[in-house]
Amino acid sequence: MAITDIRAFAHLAAEDVETLGQELDTLRRSVEQSLGERDARYIRRTIAAQRALELAARAVLFGSRNRWAWMTGTAMLSVAKIIENMELGHNISHGQWDWMNDPEIHSTNWEWDMTGPSAQWRRAHNYSHHTYTNVLGKDEDLGFGILRMTRDEPWRPVHLVQPVANIVLAAAFEWGIALHDWTIEKELTGVSRYQVFSEPNKAFARKITRQVAKDFLLYPAVTGPAFLSTLKANATANLIRNLWAYAVIFCGHFPDGAEKFTEEQLEGETPGEWYLRQMLGSANFSAGPVMGFMSGNLSYQIEHHLFPDLPSNRYPEVAVGVRGLCEKYDLPYTTGSLGKQYLLAFRTIHKLALPDRFLRRTADDAPETSSERKFAGVTLHPGSENRPWSIDPATGKRRGLRWAMHEAKIALRAKAEHEKEVLRGAERTLRAKARQEQDLLRRARHALRKSHTSYSA
Amino acid sequence: MGRKPNAMTVRGVKNWLEAPAAGIAERGGKLNLLRGAVARVTTPLLPDDYLHLANPLWSARELRGRVVDVRKETADSATLVIKPGWGFDFRYEPGQYIGIGILVEGRWHWRSYSLTSPPDWNDPRYGKKVIAIAVKAMPEGFLSSHLVNGVSAGTVVRLAAPQGAFVLPSPPPPKVLFLTAGSGITPVMSMLRAMDRRDVVTDVVHIHSARTAEDVMFAAELDALHARHPGFVSHVHLTGEKGKFATETLDELYPDWRERQTWACGPLGMLDEIEKHWHEAGLESALHVERFEVERSATTEGGTVTFGKSGRTVTVDGATTLLEAGESAGVQLPFGCRMGICQTCVVTLSSGHARDLRNGTERFEGEKVQTCISAAAGDCTLEV
Repeated sequence: MAITDIRAFAHLAAEDVETLGQELDTLRRSVEQSLGERDARYIRRTIAAQRALELAARAVLFGSRNRWAWMTGTAMLSVAKIIENMELGHNISHGQWDWMNDPEIHSTNWEWDMTGPSAQWRRAHNYSHHTYTNVLGKDEDLGFGILRMTRDEPWRPVHLVQPVANIVLAAAFEWGIALHDWTIEKELTGVSRYQVFSEPNKAFARKITRQVAKDFLLYPAVTGPAFLSTLKANATANLIRNLWAYAVIFCGHFPDGAEKFTEEQLEGETPGEWYLRQMLGSANFSAGPVMGFMSGNLSYQIEHHLFPDLPSNRYPEVAVGVRGLCEKYDLPYTTGSLGKQYLLAFRTIHKLALPDRFLRRTADDAPETSSERKFAGVTLHPGSENRPWSIDPATGKRRGLRWAMHEAKIALRAKAEHEKEVLRGAERTLRAKARQEQDLLRRARHALRKSHTSYSA
Repeated sequence: MGRKPNAMTVRGVKNWLEAPAAGIAERGGKLNLLRGAVARVTTPLLPDDYLHLANPLWSARELRGRVVDVRKETADSATLVIKPGWGFDFRYEPGQYIGIGILVEGRWHWRSYSLTSPPDWNDPRYGKKVIAIAVKAMPEGFLSSHLVNGVSAGTVVRLAAPQGAFVLPSPPPPKVLFLTAGSGITPVMSMLRAMDRRDVVTDVVHIHSARTAEDVMFAAELDALHARHPGFVSHVHLTGEKGKFATETLDELYPDWRERQTWACGPLGMLDEIEKHWHEAGLESALHVERFEVERSATTEGGTVTFGKSGRTVTVDGATTLLEAGESAGVQLPFGCRMGICQTCVVTLSSGHARDLRNGTERFEGEKVQTCISAAAGDCTLEV
């Protein structure tokens, strides 16, 4: 079972969690207070650059019957769509730029170039996912209802198709998101599925019709004789954007170390514990400025989950503060290269396609989900009766979750070593016993042969 | 399927074509047909979203304008002449005000100011049609000071459509009294200029209070107006010398004041007194009053929150969120995370001030607030 008591898991006392929360609040305020012209210029320039790139791409695609024009136009359109989705659509809809008070760059007005209506996405994502991050049964982004991404979720035969479902989801990611948000919107607004002309249905139908007509009918038609090649270019750009968005999201939520939580943890959750859950439930991937920008700065997923409404261009500097706090409280800061993070998620997808009896670990100590029970009997807290953590006498540093995880790893290894040793011992004993019996048998046989000889003599 | 009967009509086709630009239809004009058609290719954007990158005024999604001239009126006031962009309706009425948004340090600030220009003003100095507002810097007012001292010609501003019921009817009544003080003169200036342009200056008395002669906005123009139209009397009352203008003196100064339609604009205290005076005379129907929202910092905590659509009100302290306030008054407000992260609960503050409880940031009229983390800072109204 996933984490039910985040304080115990994090090896923090109630007052530590509160101080951590206050320190994160301070970090937030310092960024808020320094927002100004430079930030506003950043988002305005990003918007202008994205629009220009998209226009240029559409223009180049008029010559899409030429192979080079096709490739150039498709590449430009893919990049334009990625920026539009990640750095603009996602972040503006989060209210990251609401502070500018600009009605055109505001979470309540922004509509993005994806199949689902922004309003439905905002409800599903900003509310359901960001409030209940990684809480089983509350955060429906956990596997998007199709994939089993943690062994906290019981295995069903349908999970066997997970490797294929994963590829389909990746390729059609915008549709996956759109359908997912549409369902959640209806659920949250209490609209029955039999109500065909409900508001969510109408909004959904309008948006998908426009999106599909635009990329697969109108733009190709505008380019006249290049209809088919433009259509292919648009489809390819959408596919590339989908794959990239999928990869970024999966690297932010499903590598090992991004923890899962139970609904018990939600009960009476303090602001500090909320922060802690966001921190432990997300994962980053290392990115330079260009990759960071192309991922909408979701390479800083931990920072984004702590402060979903702070402008994305500030995440790199927020990360410095967050890393510092992780160091101070000895908390893990889950990050790695894009490739590594994706492979870890990929491994989970394929591993969990199988029923639990093929899996060695349990939901308490698995790579993709663990709980405070993982530490039962393996952590040592010398000299700390009332605090779950202790101070390392050699370095004077706090021994918290990271240290406990390290210890648990060693303890688990030692346990495995011990079990192996016991096994080897048993084997030795058995072998000795077998030898003894063989010996006995040999002697008996020998004695028998002797007596037989004496009879015949 | 309710729209079927007219689906085949010209209007039906026009409506269908315009649909993507429906949000700006009322002020978009004839271009909306084209806008709607192109928007089907540029969806989810409008063509305006691309056009305004080339010229900020080429967008009817949001009304915009460019400041073409800043003229000092007095030491602490200035007239801003603004050339509005696409979709601005110049057929406003003299006395109305507009909302103006200006960018300061990356943030747009919104305030309302009376138009001082007459409707359909075509000044040869500025080429096309322009509008003007006059701003007086308030000691505490951050934006008014910026507008008077920090704005230069060429600045792009956002505009909200003209509105307000403090207007001069057309034709104007035969006998008029204007009672103004300070920047309360601005809406009246628009009325006077409109009368002058239409050449319908009737029997008009204008009593204006200012501290010193240097503080009188538009002084020269008022004199010129009197020279041209003898029917117009400009009575300037200097409070620095004579103290506050006493309404009782009207009987001596202009004994026919009871026969006049009166428009009054100025500080709240003055208006209260005028209202009382007219009430006692049983002349409420002849009095038109405009109360300016005083631009100041939100120093108070808590207040009465009004929910615009339902008209319900509730009085709360400075620690109660607007969301809680609404719920206690039985108003259905949108909500989500209740902790300020999901932006589900964002609504427009249509008047007054609110404060962000997380960091103390003030929110003004016209801004959008997250009700789950904002509290009333004085009386305020939510557009929900």
